[in-house]
Amino acid sequence: MNYFDHSIEELHELLVNKEITATQLVESTYENIEATDKKINAFITLNKEEALKRAQAVDEKGIDTDNLMSGIPIAIKDNILTTGIKTTAASKMLENFVPVYDATVVEKLHQDGAISVGKLNMDEFAMGSSSETSYFGNVHNPWNLDRVPGGSSGGSAASVAAGEIVAALGTDTGGSVRQPAAFNGVFGIKPTYGRISRWGVIAFSSSLDQVGVLSKRVKDAAAVLTSISGEDSKDDTSAAVEVPDFVKNINPDMKGKKIAVPKEFMGEGVNDQIIEVIKSALQEFEKMGATVETISLPHVKNAVPTYFILASSEASSNLQRFDGIRYGFRAQDVKNLEDVYVKSRSEGFGDEVKRRLMLGTFALSSGYYDVYFKKAAQIRTLIIQEMAKVFEEYDYIMGPSTPTTAFKIGDKIDDPVTMYMNDMLTIPANMSGAPAASIPAGMIDGMPVGLQIIANNFDDQGVFDAALAFEQATKFYEKQPAMKGEN
Amino acid sequence: MNFETTIGLEVHVELKTKSKMFSTSPAVYGAEPNTNTNVIDFGFPGTLPTVNKEGYRLGIMTALALHAEVEKHTHFDRKNYFYPDNPKAYQITQYEKPLAHDGWIEIEVDGQKKKIGIEEMHVEEDAGKNTHGEDGYSYVDLNRQGTGLIEIVSKPDMTTPDEAYAYLEKLKQTIQFTGASDVKMEEGSMRVDCNISIRPIGSKKYGQKIELKNLNSFNHVRLGLAFEEKRQAEILRMGGEILPETRRFDEPSGETILMRVKEGKDDYRYFPEPDLPNYEIEQAWIDQINSQLPEMPDKRRIRYVDELEIPEYDAGVLTATKEMSDFFEESVSLGANPKLVSNWLMGEVNAYMNANQLDLLETKLTPKNLATMVKLITEGTISSKIAKKVFQETIENGTEPNQWVKEKGLIQESDPAVLTPIISEILDNNEQSIIDFKNGKDRAIGFLVGQIMKQTHGQANPKVVNQILMSEIKKR
Repeated sequence: MNYFDHSIEELHELLVNKEITATQLVESTYENIEATDKKINAFITLNKEEALKRAQAVDEKGIDTDNLMSGIPIAIKDNILTTGIKTTAASKMLENFVPVYDATVVEKLHQDGAISVGKLNMDEFAMGSSSETSYFGNVHNPWNLDRVPGGSSGGSAASVAAGEIVAALGTDTGGSVRQPAAFNGVFGIKPTYGRISRWGVIAFSSSLDQVGVLSKRVKDAAAVLTSISGEDSKDDTSAAVEVPDFVKNINPDMKGKKIAVPKEFMGEGVNDQIIEVIKSALQEFEKMGATVETISLPHVKNAVPTYFILASSEASSNLQRFDGIRYGFRAQDVKNLEDVYVKSRSEGFGDEVKRRLMLGTFALSSGYYDVYFKKAAQIRTLIIQEMAKVFEEYDYIMGPSTPTTAFKIGDKIDDPVTMYMNDMLTIPANMSGAPAASIPAGMIDGMPVGLQIIANNFDDQGVFDAALAFEQATKFYEKQPAMKGEN
Repeated sequence: MNFETTIGLEVHVELKTKSKMFSTSPAVYGAEPNTNTNVIDFGFPGTLPTVNKEGYRLGIMTALALHAEVEKHTHFDRKNYFYPDNPKAYQITQYEKPLAHDGWIEIEVDGQKKKIGIEEMHVEEDAGKNTHGEDGYSYVDLNRQGTGLIEIVSKPDMTTPDEAYAYLEKLKQTIQFTGASDVKMEEGSMRVDCNISIRPIGSKKYGQKIELKNLNSFNHVRLGLAFEEKRQAEILRMGGEILPETRRFDEPSGETILMRVKEGKDDYRYFPEPDLPNYEIEQAWIDQINSQLPEMPDKRRIRYVDELEIPEYDAGVLTATKEMSDFFEESVSLGANPKLVSNWLMGEVNAYMNANQLDLLETKLTPKNLATMVKLITEGTISSKIAKKVFQETIENGTEPNQWVKEKGLIQESDPAVLTPIISEILDNNEQSIIDFKNGKDRAIGFLVGQIMKQTHGQANPKVVNQILMSEIKKR
């Protein structure tokens, strides 16, 4: 079975018509992975035995004809907890951590009959934009193996782009679904904050983290999102908002839709060629009957520093529980309690994680809280207000997903500030909680470019509508990556 | 040089909820270590807190009982520090917008009434418990981790250890009446930290305060504070300096002992808890809780005196605990004489509780049985002597008094038709006593009554016996 040629809807039909069984689908998924993953290193852990058992159970029970996810294999980013299957967050700290409970999203997928096949590589604790901070080695971009897949959900994006899997779960704190989706030429959506329960997702920055979906086709992500969304009694920040069937309700009619393009997204710091690709993408929307207008989001220019203060501050507190006492890595050769803390954390965390924990600890310290954390929180409020105002008048905010295409492995890893600028266009939607997606819009020098589509909070359906309209007009999904390096 | 004392108290009380404040584990005292725990209490990756609304309701109820203003736009904050009994390495608390502020309670010391202000009170989670074993290992029990607490911070309004003692008694009593907490120091559901400083009388500036911790009883608070007043005054008189110390009370010596000198301020890096949303507390909810607030002890005391004609002192004893007060009211509502119910509760019942080390609700006495027994006395069905037997039976075995006195044949004999022949017979046999009585020896009556009681196995109604006896003697 080749995932380049089959959407979830098509697989569903094959399953319902018994042309293929869930077991066969899972088996062929592992064949795909075994054939390609040596090149891209998208997976950290594969759970073949468990997945085959699950597939067998689905086959025995029979495919649920009303449920698109029934019998569909899916892969999970390795910061999302899976019972009995190692969940590492790509860190030495959790190298051998086996959870005793499932994340709500995993539980929901399994309830719908989906079959999780493995855990995907990523930046350590989701901190990074290139998947180079993983303790388990770099992930390679299928379009050019010398290039990064982006991050932090680099494994999720690369595995979908390489046709290893039809859809994957990622997480997005500052662009960690959309940026790798753009770099790998796949669709990736970060739904509205609160749409999906965060229970069982290893926290990076609680007020920004949200589970997202990556897939080749727009409706595939819509099917997964329909399965995993909804209020959860285990997460007080999950929203009591009704979950529509995003697939059934999808409507790619763009006539009369109003699109706002922030001039800040189309200027300084963004590659000229990318701007050209996005301009022609926007023309597609005009052709479909939408209007496109340039607007300004003046506070967005502060988004990156604001984000790094807020996200690092929350992370500095969230990651304190990794203390070597109850689970995870514990340093040997320790003399006392403080030694356990200091050595376990010094040896268990990688450089980028430590950098952010120090930054966050500093920003929350007495004497600095007001000038850093509080100030950043105020700017966040301004960005929220600014975006809310735009959505009073417009249906969408659109622009590029990233300022550049995928860069070479090793190019930016020693230059954190340049690396951080990768997220400048994706961060605003995390700040405001808005649903946002990246959809392939073209190529520059053989590397994909992503168009970002942002809608108002809880208008996740609107994002799918516009994305499907664009997908139907451009059919980017027909392109296949070379799976080769430059050399 | 003479000094005046300034005392402020920080009191933690454990909220009486079925489950913990931020997790679904049971909040029960005394279970096997680490049995009342789940992945949240262990701070596992991916876990999230959820707020126990009942816990917050009890917090608001306590705030209202303490006349405090409830904060309507509130949120939780994180207080960050590493310790093995604190698995997330942060405590969920309220820092920026606490539950309530500016409350007060009224205390009375040596007949002087005084209002003690409450600065603020907030809801937070408790930590686990570390124990240090004799085997050289330390053990962590997370049963208590995540249990709901309210911290109540007083204003520095107390000037003597006795005022601090009275404040704690009143606070405990008030909270106990709301039902928000068991407020038991011995089980850790009430904990007290003290701040105390002294300054020369008339000085505007407060002296350096020290913190007093690990206090096991209100009495230790009083003794510890009294010791500190003396210790600090001696240092200042000698020209010394008070250091910002944390001290503990040592029971055997009655002294306070240095735990540590505080160097600089701890930096807890407080910030808003991002796993929980902001909360808007609606006035309608506050009003609803206010309407459910039980009548507080002060009001009850006044009502007992005014409406039930209970002496002031007795009313105070009856309202010392909610159990006693509720018990009293229920008995009275069943038609028993208030004064008699009060006497029994303060006398026999209290004595029984003390002798057997039991709380009122741990005995088998019920308000209904007490009321029935009191009614049997007032209606003349049993004598007060028999009543003691009935009381023993009902408090020990929960026996229904009415049925029991019938079965045991303990009903008092008041029928003159039954008693007169018995009395006549006894008079016939004791002519000397009649002569003695007529000669002014009152004691002779006592002897005769004793004989009658003996004859009737103590069941004769003494009042009726007296009447018949007198008229029978007159006839002779």
